[in-house]
Amino acid sequence: MQNINIIFKKEFRSYFNSPIAYIFITFFLGISSWLFFQTFFFGNQAEMRGFFGLMPWIFLFFIPAVTMKLWAEEKKMGTAEILMTLPIRDYEVVIGKFLASFGLLAVSVLFSIAIPISVALLGDPDEGTIVCGYIGLLLMGGAYLAIGLFASTLTENQIIAFIIGITTCFVLLIIGTDYVLFSAPDWLYPIFSYLGLGVHYSSILRGVIDSRDIIYYLTIMGFFLYISTLMVESRKWR
Amino acid sequence: MIEVKELTKSYGPTLAVNNVSFNANAGEVVGFIGPNGAGKTTTMRILTCYLTADAGTATVAGFDVLEHAIDVRKNVGYLPESAPLYADMGVVEYLKFMAEIREIPKSQRKERMRTVVDICGLEGVIQKDIGELSKGFRQRVGLAQSLIHDPPILILDEPTSGLDPTQTIEIRNLIKDIGQEKLVLFSTHILPEVAATCSRILMINHGQIVANGTLEELVNQVRSENILHVAIKGTEDEITTKLRQLEGITEVTPVSTDNGIVRYEIASGQDISDVSSTIFNAAVQNRWDLVELNQESIDLEQIFLHYTTGQTRGTYPSPKPESNEDVDSTEEE
Repeated sequence: MQNINIIFKKEFRSYFNSPIAYIFITFFLGISSWLFFQTFFFGNQAEMRGFFGLMPWIFLFFIPAVTMKLWAEEKKMGTAEILMTLPIRDYEVVIGKFLASFGLLAVSVLFSIAIPISVALLGDPDEGTIVCGYIGLLLMGGAYLAIGLFASTLTENQIIAFIIGITTCFVLLIIGTDYVLFSAPDWLYPIFSYLGLGVHYSSILRGVIDSRDIIYYLTIMGFFLYISTLMVESRKWR
Repeated sequence: MIEVKELTKSYGPTLAVNNVSFNANAGEVVGFIGPNGAGKTTTMRILTCYLTADAGTATVAGFDVLEHAIDVRKNVGYLPESAPLYADMGVVEYLKFMAEIREIPKSQRKERMRTVVDICGLEGVIQKDIGELSKGFRQRVGLAQSLIHDPPILILDEPTSGLDPTQTIEIRNLIKDIGQEKLVLFSTHILPEVAATCSRILMINHGQIVANGTLEELVNQVRSENILHVAIKGTEDEITTKLRQLEGITEVTPVSTDNGIVRYEIASGQDISDVSSTIFNAAVQNRWDLVELNQESIDLEQIFLHYTTGQTRGTYPSPKPESNEDVDSTEEE
């Protein structure tokens, strides 16, 4: 626990020591609110559905950008060699790094609270669905981060990590969309609709938090963090 | 403190470390030396549990590198080649991070950090980010990092590469100091460095240990015969004949004649000081002007070539014999 905390602090600080955190927060908020308010006034309804609906697509580009450096940079700069010869276990580093990126996401999401506040000033949105929406956002974001982190363990090139991250998230996202589900063979339908990254998020957005949805996201995070740890350990055997 | 037995590691078809065995104890500075790609870094990475060997065992500070990796790492300070550090961190921030992860109690953290800053001469740069530092200072921060938990074993991969001569000497002295009580294993391909710092030399080539011992032991192993360089003023034929008659001399080879001074290489199976006095006495009796009389000095470069290329004396471009040792020249009327 202690070691995870030390790694978390180091990585989290490193986001804010560099321009990454500031650029991420600014553009994330700027783009999501611009896209949201662009259509918000046509609906003539004070609700946040549009905002939450955008998030799976916005995360697709923003999250792999946050995670791409986590391992790729360590490997490229050789700093992994010091890090991985310290008296800490590989999984502690993986979890610490994941939590740091999750921290950055949480801070950005926290700043976006300005959007529901403005919406509340203009009308009377349903607070329940907004709270659920934020919980869903963090769960889905965590899954994207775990995938992005895994992509970063595969290469020492940050751009390749970014592209692998986007592609993996994209594939997992679209298999759950109606468009793909309708054309998928029958036997694949339940698998795709279960695995789709956005499916469980949509069900959370309806205002009901089902334990199955939470378990799904926690499983995705656990799985990708596990295979990330395996990838980090694989340096020893290759 | 370090026990390595039959360690083998390959990357695909390339055999990086081949059946390497050695021991090293506290109070030793062990120089790990060999050409590029000889397997130095791989061996060090196995000892620090960064990589795993395909076969063989290694015990560091009494712990097996496979089964007790965390305990091994606690007892080792490691500086990888070219000191990879986080450029976006401040020097103090970095050392604090290392101190935390090395589990130095909070009450001692400041003191330990001050000690390593002192030892490594970092006072002038503690306010800076690591990314702003020159190569030499980065190397020192890397060294500071490896010393922060006062480890009994220090493993340094080319610690002096990229440093200017003053810095190099400082780091060497530091290594010598640390090696008084602890075990320092460091790699280099700078030969004089090994002679200047190490109490023992491990020479590695193509993944195999080719020599292991003190500098003196290695010199004696390489020197099959005693060679003397002699320069005498006089007629070549006469001197050569007389030299050949002397007792204990197996071979006399005139090397050059210059201004009436004839230079010889004299080989002997006997003790070098006996042969020296025999030649000296012969010079006195024959009233020769003995200009030079010294033992061929074998330096590390020759030993290195001997073990890494398998070449023996004379077949490689030998450096001019240095006359700073064993100079025993005299002139008489």
